Amino acid sequence: MMEKQVLVVFPHPDDEAFGTAGLITKFVNEGVPVTYACATLGEMGRNMGNPFFATRETLPEVRKKELQDACNAMGVKDLRMLGFRDKTLEFEDPELLVSTIGKLVDELKPSLIITFYPEYGIHPDHDACSAAVIETLKRMPKEDRPTVYALPITPDREAVLGKPDKVFDVTDVLETKIKTIEAHRSQTEAMVARLEDGSMDPNSEMMSFIKKESFWIYPFDE
Amino acid sequence: MKPIQIEKVQEILETFENKELYFHLETTSGAYAAQDKDKLAVGAYIRNGSIKFTNVKMAGSGPFRVGFKLNDGWMYAEGLTDYQLDDGRLLMAGHDSSGRLAVAVQLSYTPFD
Repeated sequence: MMEKQVLVVFPHPDDEAFGTAGLITKFVNEGVPVTYACATLGEMGRNMGNPFFATRETLPEVRKKELQDACNAMGVKDLRMLGFRDKTLEFEDPELLVSTIGKLVDELKPSLIITFYPEYGIHPDHDACSAAVIETLKRMPKEDRPTVYALPITPDREAVLGKPDKVFDVTDVLETKIKTIEAHRSQTEAMVARLEDGSMDPNSEMMSFIKKESFWIYPFDE
Repeated sequence: MKPIQIEKVQEILETFENKELYFHLETTSGAYAAQDKDKLAVGAYIRNGSIKFTNVKMAGSGPFRVGFKLNDGWMYAEGLTDYQLDDGRLLMAGHDSSGRLAVAVQLSYTPFD
């Protein structure tokens, strides 16, 4: 089914890179409007480089630029930076998150939302962000609700949630996906070096992981 | 940032004595450390706390420690390796060998963004 509008909601620049950059690129290539809402600028990232490319104070600008570069790589024209601070989402008033996401949903009326799978996100920001997305949608009339492709990243995901509902082979857009990963250089430097010097085996676990994107359709209870 | 030279940084720190300051204090073992059940993921974060210290001392032979004596208490941090002075703000941080920040102490006359 052709989507009308896709809304991607993640807390950090680079959260889209490994799990969804391929699918986003496919949507863009099909002409589907894609909006990427990124809640923070990953201000608390730890990697400052060796040699240093950032300090705690300059990292937000570095990562903002990387996020914009990543969107350019994927062809995403509508990037919304929501202005929250890294590692604080779980401490925010949940209603603030819900109303922020709610405004986006009202405005864009997405047919599909991509976000982390609540409680399977490992990082507290991932879980707070996805929980707010789900809460926002629970408050909508069922018939207006977009489909949610939820992305669990805990190692036990298949053991608990079963097989993914949607698996996309993104080999055809792999070059763009790798460019997206590379755009987030502050976070992916070490891996990018291995991609660039050809030392990454095309049959390696990492490469097969990158070539496949798996999602679980979030089951609303009602 | 550049490697801490203890005398140089001590000198800079002393210029902040007895002033009304904002500070940033952070330590972290990384948000993903919680995945390893054998390790305790820890972190603490204060941004734009207010501080006024009467004495400050940098110690150690690298990585370094810094202690601030306050009117009513103390603040200290350890594991510091690098520093930078920009726009009158002093940034100090402890980075591991791959450049990952594990601790930061920063002082400023104006709030951090």
